Amino acid sequence: MASPIYVRRRANNVLWSSLCYAATAFGLVWLGLILGALLWNGVGGLSLDVFTKMTAPPGVVGGLLNSIVGSLIQTLLGLLLAAPIGILAGTYLAEYGRHHKISHVIRFINDILLSAPSIVVGLFVYQFCVVPFGHFSALAGGVALAVIATPIIVRTTEDMLGLVPNTLREAASALGVPRALVIRHIAYRSVMSGLVTGILLAIARMTGETAPLIFTALGNSLFTVDVTKPMSSLPLIIYEFARSPYAEQQKLAWTGALIVTAAVLSLSIFARVVSAPSKGR
Amino acid sequence: MDMAVGTQGAAQPGADIKDKIVVKNLDFFYGASKALKAVSLPLKLGNITAFIGPSGCGKSTLLRILNRMYDLYPGQRAEGEVLMDGENLLDPRLDLNLLRSRVGMVFQKPTPFPMSIYDNIAFGVRLYEKLSKSEMDERVETSLKKAALWTETKDKLRQSGLGLSGGQQQRLCIARTIAIKPEVILFDEPTSALDPIATAKIEELFDELKGDYTIAIVTHSMQQAARVSQFTAFMYLGEMIEFDDTKNVFTAPRDKRTQDYITGRFG
Repeated sequence: MASPIYVRRRANNVLWSSLCYAATAFGLVWLGLILGALLWNGVGGLSLDVFTKMTAPPGVVGGLLNSIVGSLIQTLLGLLLAAPIGILAGTYLAEYGRHHKISHVIRFINDILLSAPSIVVGLFVYQFCVVPFGHFSALAGGVALAVIATPIIVRTTEDMLGLVPNTLREAASALGVPRALVIRHIAYRSVMSGLVTGILLAIARMTGETAPLIFTALGNSLFTVDVTKPMSSLPLIIYEFARSPYAEQQKLAWTGALIVTAAVLSLSIFARVVSAPSKGR
Repeated sequence: MDMAVGTQGAAQPGADIKDKIVVKNLDFFYGASKALKAVSLPLKLGNITAFIGPSGCGKSTLLRILNRMYDLYPGQRAEGEVLMDGENLLDPRLDLNLLRSRVGMVFQKPTPFPMSIYDNIAFGVRLYEKLSKSEMDERVETSLKKAALWTETKDKLRQSGLGLSGGQQQRLCIARTIAIKPEVILFDEPTSALDPIATAKIEELFDELKGDYTIAIVTHSMQQAARVSQFTAFMYLGEMIEFDDTKNVFTAPRDKRTQDYITGRFG
């Protein structure tokens, strides 16, 4: 005979577990719907033309080559700027400035940057990197993306280095290893997969950003690799074509959205895979 | 003060052996709280000194002063004198990295670096010596042999040190400490995370190491202190209660508190 307490606990368990499952399902449904819609509308447009032809005016068969290359270049620019700054700043916060008052200020500002509206970032970079030169450029786009990515990398770097056990740092210091070498050879190495994951997630974030590019890189219907010129990118072209009245451009927008999503998704999954083994150790 | 009282009428323990390190009137503070109170004792050259006492009595704190490990953390401060071969180790101008290469330390938990077994040992050596490939190979081999780990690892030197068992990892840590040729080695409860067999292996090591190195070991196991050390210091509430030949401490303790502790009445 089950006691009343036991019966009540079981009922409670069933109730709260069901609520948890329901909440999870609710979240996943939307993700499934979005992915489903992308596949449904985007796969049909996938063809060799997408990867070999430029974006074209209505009525002409076009592709997304200039946008894809533009996205790659600007993400790379953003990464080149954000990764060193982010890792160095994160290292300062976790290693040198851990007990310092200014670290609290830096962390606070970094958190604000992390959640700053990306359109504001775009306007800010417009003021500093577009207005003085008198024209839009991919470089300005890269800078805007870097402003988005830096706080992400700062945060993940600090969090990851925070996972390095102090005993490991002490053990290295006890051998007479200078601080900088402890960080480079011991701390970085023991959380390398986590640091890489942070960078991959920042790349994923940059790949999907539109707003910071509107005022900086502007977009370009021609192919260019010149970073001082306006440049196209996938999010920009999706934004443009999705509003277009022409069916073929709308179709390309769906295909572009599918490509961006697939890229971000595979980066995220790759980041997961990379970070998995370190947990097993 | 207690020590002075305790040694009244008796010869200084180990008076015929040279002092490697002399601790004089040492106070230590974690922020405002005082963790060590006027601690004084010598570490005898080429001998093993065991530190026993209940948790929180300041044993590890004392050990971490001898290689200035506490310097890694702000708010911790030592007052008094710690002389190694006459040189004051508390001197703020001291090159800490050089000091730590002379005073090695092995910790409670094995802490292999995330690199190969070979590199775990070569890493520290490379900082202080430029060795050729063959010299380095030899250094790695002798260090592993001294730490009684060579036969188990000689065929997998390129594998990660993280893949070893706990006891092997701890011996790897000892090997890498030995490899940089320290004069003093500090052991902070080196076997408390290990099983009895691994513990026995490490204890055997102490016999090999004494003579070549001046050793200080903090341990919670009184049997271990009695087995491996020549001198024993009993600490209680931040004070050095008794320092003597290990035999005397365990058979004829002078202080009531020492007697109570070793007979298991508290702690």
